[in-house]
Amino acid sequence: MRSYISSAQREQGQTGQRPLRIAMACNSGNCRSGACDRDNLDRVEDRSSLPQPTEANELSNGSSRRGNNSICVKCKVNQTMAAAGSESIGEFIPADDVGRFCGDCFRSNIYGKFRFAVSSNALISPTDNVLVAFSGGPSSRVALQFVHEMQLKAQKNFDASRDRSRPVFGVGVAVIDERASFSVNSHEFDKKIEEMKIIVANLAPPVKQFHVVPTESIYSSDSTHGKDRLEEVLNVISDVTGREDFLEYLRMQCFQKIAIENGYTKILLGTCTSRIACHVLEATVKGQGYSLAADIQYVDARWEIPVVLPLRDCLSQELNVLCSLDSLKTVQLLHGPRAGINGLISSFVKLLQEENPSRESTIVRTAGKLTPFHFNRMPEADDSDSKLASQRRQKKYNLKVDESVPPESFCPICNSPLKKSELRSYNEVEKGKISGEMFRDACCSSCQFQILPKETSSLERFHLLLPHSLVNQAAYSSSVKDQWLREQIQDFLLSDNEEGT
Amino acid sequence: MDIVETKPKGRLCSICNQNRAALKRPKTLEQICKDCFYEVFEEEIHRVIVDNQLFKSGERIAIGASGGKDSTVLAYVMSELNHRHNYGLDLFLLSVDEGITGYRDDSLETVKRNEIQYGLALKVVSYKELYGWTMDEIVKLIGLKNNCTFCGVFRRQALDRGAALLKVDKLVTGHNADDIAETVLLNILRGDIARLSRCTSITTGEDGPIPRCKPFKYTYEKEIVIYPFCCIMVFISCLFFSALLVFSLPHKPCYLFDFIFYAYITSENLNLLFTYAYFKRLDYFSTECIYSPNAYRGFAREFIKDLERIRPRAILDIIKSGEDFRISMYTKMPEQSNCERCGYISSQKWCKACVLLEGLNRGLPKLGIGRSRDLNNEQNKIIKQGNETRSIQSKQCGTLDF
Repeated sequence: MRSYISSAQREQGQTGQRPLRIAMACNSGNCRSGACDRDNLDRVEDRSSLPQPTEANELSNGSSRRGNNSICVKCKVNQTMAAAGSESIGEFIPADDVGRFCGDCFRSNIYGKFRFAVSSNALISPTDNVLVAFSGGPSSRVALQFVHEMQLKAQKNFDASRDRSRPVFGVGVAVIDERASFSVNSHEFDKKIEEMKIIVANLAPPVKQFHVVPTESIYSSDSTHGKDRLEEVLNVISDVTGREDFLEYLRMQCFQKIAIENGYTKILLGTCTSRIACHVLEATVKGQGYSLAADIQYVDARWEIPVVLPLRDCLSQELNVLCSLDSLKTVQLLHGPRAGINGLISSFVKLLQEENPSRESTIVRTAGKLTPFHFNRMPEADDSDSKLASQRRQKKYNLKVDESVPPESFCPICNSPLKKSELRSYNEVEKGKISGEMFRDACCSSCQFQILPKETSSLERFHLLLPHSLVNQAAYSSSVKDQWLREQIQDFLLSDNEEGT
Repeated sequence: MDIVETKPKGRLCSICNQNRAALKRPKTLEQICKDCFYEVFEEEIHRVIVDNQLFKSGERIAIGASGGKDSTVLAYVMSELNHRHNYGLDLFLLSVDEGITGYRDDSLETVKRNEIQYGLALKVVSYKELYGWTMDEIVKLIGLKNNCTFCGVFRRQALDRGAALLKVDKLVTGHNADDIAETVLLNILRGDIARLSRCTSITTGEDGPIPRCKPFKYTYEKEIVIYPFCCIMVFISCLFFSALLVFSLPHKPCYLFDFIFYAYITSENLNLLFTYAYFKRLDYFSTECIYSPNAYRGFAREFIKDLERIRPRAILDIIKSGEDFRISMYTKMPEQSNCERCGYISSQKWCKACVLLEGLNRGLPKLGIGRSRDLNNEQNKIIKQGNETRSIQSKQCGTLDF
């Protein structure tokens, strides 16, 4: 915010240059369409309320530009708001990055990143029903706020349009009650859940459903029984980091369950750049280099319900500032500081970020250059209606993905794709009937090390205590693997049937 | 209560189950005895060499020897394994003398002792003879900033030139697992995807004049530190028994002489090893190059050490991640040609060392550093001039065939 204030002060003496600047916008070589005039007009209108851009600021923007798409985002926002969905906005118009100059624009800059992520990757389509994973922290709070605003705008457009062809996507909010795995004051916790409920209730209309689901619900409807089993499973995991990671995997299972049971079609996480930077190092340190690329994209459709990360380009500092700027109320649930390896990495990244404010983005950019998987693309909707409706605004970025796609098999615990060389073939795996040893073989080496117990007897026990969704996943992935192997050799096998007939 | 029970007996080695465990193996935290540590340490390196087919029988191999703990242990282990498993390699020691007073001159003394002890031929190439400048002189001219650029570029070429002089087929370096893990991390932090894809391969520069490989790729720094320490223990007991043997044969003075000579050299050398093994760890920064506090690398190193403390396996996992990263290989490698001036491989007209050297000789030390366009133009101008007049004094070692 410091730079914002000083630049704004610089503004004041130089407003006289405005007409010159506007005239120059078109000469600067990047204007390719006739939209220029209209664009400039729009901007003049905008400027009546915004600080004026100057040459000096252009320079400072140029130097502070960090290679991300914030500038592009800015003009996109302007265009879509003013020109109401005109398609000629692909051009890169030199933007006045006013976003840094006033609170409103700081805000719209971040919203722009969100919006850009959503629109360019088709994260939300009008027919969707979006479940926001809410923790009460600043990141998910901002995510919720932005989704709400986007929904509100869609609702307004819907109300204004005559044919009402374009439906408004639905929004729900889910909180996972992890009381079973942390020792907390239950009364205190209830109070916080109540606060969250109020936050969500204040975001109506449109009305959002609010789900609070305990972790143990992944076991069955009988939650007291599930709670015991959950506690027992967690006690088997001796590694602190492994325990924390396992809880995170369970959390995702819960969100999946809520989404499936309540008819949601997307799960939206508030994962921000800073969190992803940490995850990049965490995965590296845990030997998950192969699967890392799967976790850090906007879209992660390896789950039954696709998961989207629209805040991937926002730093946690920015989100914190935004929360205080807009006085968005956040609730600190029970998560203490991260433990073990994860805790070490969090503090390391924090130090690095203090030393160089663009470090987190650099880390994420490095990892972003890794080749994503085929499931990091939004699956094509079969439904032609939704296709038509969303066609206009989607500008899908061609993600370079691995095109040679034998069916991926996944670690049943962390659901990370397994490297082909790590796969072992299973001969007689019947669905739901695999032993602890076989289960271990189906897991990635990282989970084998930090989550699964070493001794066979406790491994069997652990395997029995796992939620069925995980165990079934193991059986499923090994059957997929078998099927793939069989397909590979199919041409060389003479089947019994052929011989018979 | 447990302690009372187990302490007096001492735990048995978890590998041989016979001797008392003497140390906790840093890599796995297994409690093992010295003999077993020795064996697994060497066996692992042997496996790495065999599995990756690092060498072929009859090859001439140069060991990049700095005199530090890594390369000293590497020289020892290489000659040991070469004998034991009949690799059939001709081993040489190759050192680079950067000309840094108080840092390199001391460590070179160690290498010279190694030469005698292991019976390996030693070749020292110095910056002074190759380039006409010592690092001391360069730092005097350009100051402490950017001097690592000079040192790094010069060393790379110096090693290749030394290897060419020795006519070796390969160069092995003592980079250990910690070093590689650290490099993986730094490349992530810096956003250098090209280097990230390369930095974990055990053999590099196969398309270049002399391939380099790292037999210590999976060897933990801590174990390298412990290894000579165990060595000393074994050696001291050997010394004791051979002394008995020698004194029981007093009428053969030539043996005695041999023995004293051997003992003198070895004990001095081991003494030094001991110093390295111990002091390097306790007094980490004192062995860093005096011109490079290298805060950033130190930062990453500290982090690796913290990780190792929580989870020793993390180092191997980082290397595994580095190997497994899905990096598409479409990135075009620059076309290789030879430097017009010295014949060294280069993607440009002149190799980097020649450009830097030209800057030094002309009193424009910033030449070739950074990306400033002006400087690049300047550089091209100079190259042009050089081509026209050919008056520039060439490198003292002259052109070498690679």
